[in-house]
Amino acid sequence: MTDQGFREIIFSINGKQRTLYIDIRSSLLEVLRNELGLTGAKEGCGVGECGACSVLVDDVLVDSCIYLAIWADGKAIRTIEGEAKKGKLSKVQQSYVKEGAVQCGFCTPGFIMASTSFTEKNKGESVTEDEIRKAHAGNLCRCTGYQNILKAVEKSIEP
Amino acid sequence: MAVGKSVNRMDAVAKVTGRAEYTQDLYKPDMLVARYFRSTIAHGKVTLINVEKAKNLKGVEAVFTYEDVPENKFATAGHPFSLDPGHKDVEDRLLLSQDIRFMGDEIAIVVAHDEIIANKALKLIHVSYKEYKPLTFPEDILKKDARQIHKGSSNIVGEHEYAFGDDIKEAFKKADVVVQGKFKTAMVQHCHLENHISYAYMDDLDRIVIVSSTQIPHIVRRLVSEALNMPLNRIRILKPFVGGGFGNKQDMVLEPMVAFLTLKLDGRPVQINLSREECMLGTRNRHPFFIDVKTGIKKDGTIVARQMDAISITGAYASHGHAIISAGGSKQSSLYPHVATQFHARTLYANIPVAGAMRAYGSPQILYAVECATEDAARKIGMDSVEFRLKNIARQGDMNLLSGKRILSCGLTECLVKGKKFINWDSKVKEYKKYKTGPVRRGLGVACFSYASGTYPVCVEVAGVRIVLNQDGTVHVMVGATEIGQGSDTVVAQMVAQTLCLPYEHVMVVQAQDTDVSPFDTGAYASRQAYVVSNAVFKAASDLKDKILGHAGLMTQRQRKDLDIHNAKIIDVYTNENVMDMKTLAVDSFYHKERGGQLTSEISHKTTTNAPVFGCTFVDIEVDIPLCKIKINQIINVHDSGVILNPVQAGGQVHGGVFMGMGAALLEEMMIDTKTGRVYNNNLLDYKFPTFVDLPQIHHDFVETKEPTSGYGNKSLGEPPVITPPPAIRNAVLDATGVCINALPLSPHHLFTSFKKGGILDSKGDADV
Repeated sequence: MTDQGFREIIFSINGKQRTLYIDIRSSLLEVLRNELGLTGAKEGCGVGECGACSVLVDDVLVDSCIYLAIWADGKAIRTIEGEAKKGKLSKVQQSYVKEGAVQCGFCTPGFIMASTSFTEKNKGESVTEDEIRKAHAGNLCRCTGYQNILKAVEKSIEP
Repeated sequence: MAVGKSVNRMDAVAKVTGRAEYTQDLYKPDMLVARYFRSTIAHGKVTLINVEKAKNLKGVEAVFTYEDVPENKFATAGHPFSLDPGHKDVEDRLLLSQDIRFMGDEIAIVVAHDEIIANKALKLIHVSYKEYKPLTFPEDILKKDARQIHKGSSNIVGEHEYAFGDDIKEAFKKADVVVQGKFKTAMVQHCHLENHISYAYMDDLDRIVIVSSTQIPHIVRRLVSEALNMPLNRIRILKPFVGGGFGNKQDMVLEPMVAFLTLKLDGRPVQINLSREECMLGTRNRHPFFIDVKTGIKKDGTIVARQMDAISITGAYASHGHAIISAGGSKQSSLYPHVATQFHARTLYANIPVAGAMRAYGSPQILYAVECATEDAARKIGMDSVEFRLKNIARQGDMNLLSGKRILSCGLTECLVKGKKFINWDSKVKEYKKYKTGPVRRGLGVACFSYASGTYPVCVEVAGVRIVLNQDGTVHVMVGATEIGQGSDTVVAQMVAQTLCLPYEHVMVVQAQDTDVSPFDTGAYASRQAYVVSNAVFKAASDLKDKILGHAGLMTQRQRKDLDIHNAKIIDVYTNENVMDMKTLAVDSFYHKERGGQLTSEISHKTTTNAPVFGCTFVDIEVDIPLCKIKINQIINVHDSGVILNPVQAGGQVHGGVFMGMGAALLEEMMIDTKTGRVYNNNLLDYKFPTFVDLPQIHHDFVETKEPTSGYGNKSLGEPPVITPPPAIRNAVLDATGVCINALPLSPHHLFTSFKKGGILDSKGDADV
C-alpha cells in the first residue's frame, strides 16, 4: 500500500520483527542508517562499487545502497550489529581482530558480512584461496592489501 | 613487555562490531545538507551566474556564490606553521571561485533540507563562462605567453636546486659510462573508503564546532581560523574514527566551508558529504612527475654521478605545492650517499585536478625514476642488479651529505640479502634465461628505497601526550598523534604499557580527538607519528612512573629508588617483595585526605632528529606479450623500520603499501583528457584499484635495527612500503622482455604501445617472437 510516495514494510532485522513506514525512494542502506540508527553499514560510493554497505537479505549478500528498502518487505535482514551475541564476537569477527584484518575499519562491517555469508555457505567444506578471493571481490579495501583479510577468512572457516 | 608483541588493535572490536563511529555516523536531527555547484569547464571565468530559481526551490535554505564569500585567500596544506616566511604555503584559494582552474572547480554552494532537494537545486543554477584553452602539458604551461592560471604566478609554484658530494661535472668525468632516461609517473588517487565529510554547528553565539574526517585536527583548527579570520579559541575540531586518508586528509578541504555556512545560517548544523565522484575529482591526488635522470658509472659498478631534473604538476591549486617534489627529491641522499648528486625541480600549476599529499609524499615518483635509472645503469655494464645496489647503497655510519647527519641505523644490506633469498634470485636468474623469448616471458625485479621518520628540520616536530592514573590503577592516555586506521593509538598504548610496566589491557588511549582537550600535535603524515611520539610517550610515562613510585614511597615510608613497578604491582627492587598493587596505590592517591592527588603527566616534546628508514621490493613476474598483461608470481617487501612495535599490525602496513604500489604500477591512473581537462574515471568502477582477485599473496619481512634517537628504537613504516613496487615491477618487465618502459602505469594499453615500439609486438597485436 502506498500513500503519497510512502509505504509500510514489515521485515525482520537481526532476528527482530519491525514495521516501518518508508519513503519508497529510500535505499535499504538509508533506512538502516537513518530510520533504525544501524550505522554499521557504511556508504563508500552509493552505487554498488565498493561493498562497504554489504548486508545479508535472506542470507544473500547485497549492496544495501542499491537495494530498495521496499524490496526488503517480508524478508530477513542481517547487519553487522547482529553478529556479536551476548557480548561475544562471532568467529569471523574474532578472526578479523586476531589476524590484523582491520585497519581504518570503514570497509570492515561490509567485509565481515561477506565473510559471514561465505563461511556459512561453505560450512564443513574445504575451500581454496581463489574461492575466498572471488567471494570477496565485490568488497574494496584500500588499507590491508586483502592479505590479512584472506588469513582471517581462512581462520574463520577452520572447524 | 608490550612493545614487540602483536597485541590486538585498541579499536578492533569497535570496528568489527560496527560500533566505531565515523563522521557519517554522527547526526544532528536538524542538520542541513550542502552541495557544491562545480564548473563544467577546466579553464575560464564565470561571466554570469543566476541562482534565483535554486534559491526559490522549496526546501532550499540558501545558495552562496563566489560573490558571497570572503576575499581572503588562504592556504590549505596540512603543514605546521613555519616561523620562516620563506616556508609559508601558497595562499591561492577562496571558498568559492569565479576564476575556473579545473573541471570541477567550486563556483557556488546550495544548502537544503536534504540531498535530493540540494541536487535538484543545483540543476536550476545557470552559469555562463568565458573559456580559455586548458593548460595541461608542461610545454604549454611554461610557454612565455601562457595564460597565468593564478595571476602573478607565471604558473610556477616553486623551484629549487641542490647538490651534494663532489662537483657534478668533475664526477661525470670520472664515469666510464653515462646512462640517461626520461621518466613519467601518473596522477593517482588515494581512494580511501570514507569520502571527505565534515559538518559544523555553533554551540554558542560565536563558537564553531567542526566534526571532520581529518588527519590533522590541530592544523585544521589554525587553517580555518586563518581562512575565516576567527580566533582559535572559537573553533573546535572533533575527529571521530577516520576511514582512511593516505594524505588526502592532510589538507583542509571541506572544513572552512562548513564553518562559513554555519556562521551564515545562525549556527545551524550543516554537513558536506562528498560523493565518491566528487571526492575523486575535487579533493587531492598524487602529483604526476616528469623526471630526467642522467647517471654516471664506472665499469666496476660504482655510481659516481647523478643529475636529475624534475617537474611536478600540482594542478589547479598549490595545496602542498612544491613541498612534495622537494621532500621526494631529498631521500636519495640517504639511499646512495656516496654518489655526487645534483637535483633541480619545479612545480607547475595546470588546469587539472589538484594534487596534494599522498602516501610517501613525492618519493614514489622520484625514487621510481632513481631505481629505474639505477637498473638501467647496472644493465649497461652487465652487472647483477642486486650486486650493483649492494655496491652503492648506504650503510650504518655513512654521512647523509644533504642533511649533514650520520646514518645511525641502517639495515638495507640485510634487507637486500633477505629479499634476494626469499625470491630465490640466483637460481631464478639462471632458470629464467629460458623464458626470454616466446609470447610468455619471465623476469625478476628489485628496487630499494630510503625514507624519513618525520619532517624535521624542514618543519617543527612536536608531539603531546597526557597520561592519567585512574582510581583502579589503570591509565588513560591522550595523544595529539592522530589515529586514521594505521594503528597509532595501539602502538602508543604498547609504549605506555612498556614503560609503566602495566599489562596492555590496562592502558586506554582515548579514541577520538577534540582540539579543546587533546594535547597539541600536528597530526598523521610523513610516517612521523610512532617515531615522533615515542620520545614524548617515554618521557611522560617515565615521569608518571616517578610520581607513582614517589606516592608509594609516601605510603610506605620508603625511598623512591628502592621501588619499581612490575606487572601492575609496586615491588621492592632489592627483595622483589610485592609492596602493593596499583589499585591500592591509586585509591590512596585519589582519596587519602592529606596526601597525593590524581597522578598525571603531560609532556610536549620536540623531536630534533629524523631517522632514515630503508627497504626493498623483490618481484618475480610473468609477462604475456600478446595479452599485454603482467602476472606477479611473487612479491616481497623487506623493511628496516627499527624495532617493530607490533609485528602483525606492521605487516598490515606493509601489505597495504605494497598493494597500493602494485595498483600504481599496473592499473591506476586518473585519466584526463588533455584537450578539455576532463577526468574520465573519477569513480571506483573506472578507476581500477586492485580488488581481492587482482593480486597475489603479499609477503613481507623485517630487518630489525635499533634506532638510538627513538624512544623505543622504532622508525617510520606507514608510507614507505608503497614506494618500490612500481620500479621493481618495471625492472622485472625490462628483465623479461628487454623493453624499457619509463612511464606508469604498466597497464595493458601502455604495454601494447611500448611492446610495439620495442619491436616485440606487431601493429595487429601479434607477438613477434
